[in-house]
Amino acid sequence: MLKKTLAALAIGSALLSANVMAADYTVDKQGQHAFVNFKISHLGYSYITGTFKDIDGTFSFDAAKPEDSKIEFNVNTASVFTNNAERDKHISSKDFLKVADFPKATFKSTSVKSTGKNAAGKDTADVTGDLTIAGVTKPVVVKATFLGEGKDPWGGYRAGFEGTTSIKRSDFGKMMDLGPQSDAVDLYVTFEGVKAK
Amino acid sequence: MQLRNSSSRYGWVSIFMHWGVALAVFGLFALGLWMVGLGYYDPWRKAGPDLHKSIGLILLGVMVLRVLWRFVSPPPPTLSSYSRMTRLGAKFGHGFLYLCLFAVMIAGYLISTAEGVGIPVFDWFEVPALISGLPDQADNAGAIHLYLAWVLVIFSGLHALAALKHHFIDRDVTLKRMLGRKA
Repeated sequence: MLKKTLAALAIGSALLSANVMAADYTVDKQGQHAFVNFKISHLGYSYITGTFKDIDGTFSFDAAKPEDSKIEFNVNTASVFTNNAERDKHISSKDFLKVADFPKATFKSTSVKSTGKNAAGKDTADVTGDLTIAGVTKPVVVKATFLGEGKDPWGGYRAGFEGTTSIKRSDFGKMMDLGPQSDAVDLYVTFEGVKAK
Repeated sequence: MQLRNSSSRYGWVSIFMHWGVALAVFGLFALGLWMVGLGYYDPWRKAGPDLHKSIGLILLGVMVLRVLWRFVSPPPPTLSSYSRMTRLGAKFGHGFLYLCLFAVMIAGYLISTAEGVGIPVFDWFEVPALISGLPDQADNAGAIHLYLAWVLVIFSGLHALAALKHHFIDRDVTLKRMLGRKA
């Protein structure tokens, strides 16, 4: 009886300490080491690339237990930037992101699955999560790479990642038809998080 | 056939600018509403906004000249048959139309220049961006541009109705004066 209780306690505290090890990070918005970029075909002849200037996020991460990781990202959709004021206004409008009705786009992870290492020896994972754009939520899988972690020169501790996924505009509500080649949007994110002290 | 305004009639400079501005305002209003609904592959998709912006900026220049011209050559005084209320109403009405015109044009200018890039006027010259980077500048300026354009067009319509009232009901020369007739 006593043995069982002790064993249970030992397992419990082991689980607890494992949980404590996964540190909480806040995406470095202040220093702007965080990017949500997108790429979409223009007429099939070239690409438009753009970014969102105003994003934030949090994640918990432990390199030893990557599958316990969790991440949440918020994008202020009105901050879309493609280096053309009229186009940005148009992307914000009812034809695309409808920012007046849906000021935020979000990504919330639901599961993380390690996929080994890439050619450069970095850990990779499939991060599955719910992506919400213009009020429509769809599951997506982000191909993620853990790029590195360590102390920064200013007294903090950082961990950084990148990830890619591809979505279809037609999955996220009614948007303006730009031709069949311009339905797919490639997304690329890269960011550093600063560990909570 | 005088160019300048006199105490009894409008000169051709004022008359030409008045009707030219009227034509431009209604034309730009229609073009503006039409062009924002065009599909991505419509041949007018690029040409429509280019034309709208070019004519709009020329109109802004004409309106500056029009205001200056009022000082160089003041318009003839209002007709003596007008009541005090009519005079006051006309004064405020015209002032409001001028104000609205400038506000609509400046808001339009602020849409396209929101990210610091100037606006080409045909292939002729480029108007540089002076104010950019205000919070959500293109979206906010766009909303103001649209709503004030409606206000401007509705008030221009009332202005036209008032002129017709003078012509057909009061039977005075208000409207004819703007067509070059003597008081």
